[in-house]
Amino acid sequence: MLIYTIRRLLISIPTLLFIAFVIFMLLELAPGDPMAQMPLTIPPEVKEKMRLALGLGEPWWVRFPLWLKQFFIVEPQYWIDNAFGTNFADGAQRIISFQSRSPVFEIIAERMPQTLWVVGMSYVVGVLIALPIGIISAYRQYSVFDQAGTFVSMIGFSVPPFFSGVLLIVIFSVQLKWLPSIYDTTHVVSDWDSFVFQLRQMVMPVMVLALQTTAQVSRYMRASMLDNLTQDYVRTARAKGMTESVVVLKHVLRNSMIPVVTVIALGIPAIFGGAIITEQIFKVNGLGQLLIIALQGNDIPMVMTITFLLAVLIVMMNLIADVLYGILDPRIRYD
Amino acid sequence: MTDATLNAVEKPRNQWWDVWAQFRTHKGAVAGLCFLIFITLFVTLGPVLWDVDPGKLNIRNKNVRPIYMGLFGGDAKVAWANPMGTDNLGRDIMANIMAGGRVSLAVGWTAMILAVFLGTLIGVLAGYFKRLDGLLMRFTDLVLALPLLPLLLVMMLLFRDPLRATFGPENGIFILIVTGIGITSWMQTARIVRGDVMALKEREFVLAARSIGTPARRMITRHLLPNVMSPIMVSATLGLATAIITESALSFLGLGFPSDFPTWGKILFDSVDRMTAFPERVIWPGLAISLTVLAVNYIGDGLRDALDPRIRGQ
Repeated sequence: MLIYTIRRLLISIPTLLFIAFVIFMLLELAPGDPMAQMPLTIPPEVKEKMRLALGLGEPWWVRFPLWLKQFFIVEPQYWIDNAFGTNFADGAQRIISFQSRSPVFEIIAERMPQTLWVVGMSYVVGVLIALPIGIISAYRQYSVFDQAGTFVSMIGFSVPPFFSGVLLIVIFSVQLKWLPSIYDTTHVVSDWDSFVFQLRQMVMPVMVLALQTTAQVSRYMRASMLDNLTQDYVRTARAKGMTESVVVLKHVLRNSMIPVVTVIALGIPAIFGGAIITEQIFKVNGLGQLLIIALQGNDIPMVMTITFLLAVLIVMMNLIADVLYGILDPRIRYD
Repeated sequence: MTDATLNAVEKPRNQWWDVWAQFRTHKGAVAGLCFLIFITLFVTLGPVLWDVDPGKLNIRNKNVRPIYMGLFGGDAKVAWANPMGTDNLGRDIMANIMAGGRVSLAVGWTAMILAVFLGTLIGVLAGYFKRLDGLLMRFTDLVLALPLLPLLLVMMLLFRDPLRATFGPENGIFILIVTGIGITSWMQTARIVRGDVMALKEREFVLAARSIGTPARRMITRHLLPNVMSPIMVSATLGLATAIITESALSFLGLGFPSDFPTWGKILFDSVDRMTAFPERVIWPGLAISLTVLAVNYIGDGLRDALDPRIRGQ
């Protein structure tokens, strides 16, 4: 298992390098010009100097390794320096945003908490709703509850977040005036009232994202439970006189969770991608909104870094899912 | 006597007739098919009956509410000339929904066909030719590891202007969106097709075909492709659903078609700013997208059951 994990980690290095290269070349070959937004009155020679100042003077085979060095060596050095007060980085050039001229990672660190709160919370809520739905749907297959669960998850698959979010705003903010439609990220939780306010403003974005998660995870949970419920060991457990709750919640659930855990791990990157749209609807100034702004402003280092971070997340979650599968299911042998 | 027994044997039935018989037993799928046919007719034949230019401005006649608002709104501004109301520039919303639906459905179908074509091609090549398998599947894994929505956004933004200049504003964006969605959603089809082709390759009929010297090209088109049709059709329906949602999401993020060119996602995006006063403008296009995708998903569900010979005929 350890050898397998190490091998997978080593394989993921060229994968990530290739992905970085693809993203870099896409941005490089694209005809969009970061200087396109500048006024036309700027003389060409000044414009050329500005290009050089942005680091665009060098050809791509110089800039791509430079970006890799900044991402994998310089930025961790700064991170260690900040954490332990050392001086590894020694004033090396960081990845700088074209728009704000400040280090990309500092902006990302500012935006990260909002995204993590909303996205992380919605994922936890979604999974917590999905698991019992999946278990009951499978245990009472073809019952009214199962049919309703199937219908709700069908809706979760079909209604895009940009409509369900807008619909929730129309109903709960505009008509009923129960919940705020804009997520206030400057809000500080200090006492009970502000905590309630924080909860209220999180309800809608979390529910929109959770609907998608619930739809997917509850289907997998149901299918996996159905596979296990007909197995011989279940009959044995019942024959030994175990109560239904022990049979279902201990024996069947544990075995059914094996594939579901990997699905949950694999779904994490997707929900970060989906957050781009949800953040736009509820005006959360998280990473997704940062990406959209950076795209519109031709801020190449920012787009490159955020997209690559998402790719890292995908590759890591794939790895974690595979390793978890091997740990949870002793029948799986990778070596 | 032999004649009598022969007559008693049921007439051989076409496989697709059986599939249709099974498909009809799935109520959701039939309802979905009916809705898909209805919405297709609505957006294609609708403009013939409802002869209003979706782009025509009529500022004097702006912000008309839909006709049902007159029932309980009392003093709401309604007009039979605009059953779904007009927007803030006086454009008729029903005509816009029709025009937008035509674009959304066209993008969905074209992108789905492109994705299914790519997926089938790569899947068959990887499954049939052992030499290509490792390379193509590594490539598929790599594409699956890419963050697709951000990359799609990058493609939209960066290639928009040159394509517009070459093919005109509408066609350029159409080509860009269809290609973008197509090349980012073929991977699942490729994996499924590859798995099925590899299983089929070991069967006796393939061996028999090879023993009489069937060349690879005919082997694939005559023997393998017809047998992997069912998973391809199921993934095609799923592809249509995701393509419609992706196109609307791009329009919603403001990176789709130009603003005077309606699609369902674009109408939704343009109406969000005024949804406090005019919620119906958000609900019409949103409902159109959601119901279409729901219908397609149900059709996919029904097709999966109908094409599975283990379920069919039970």
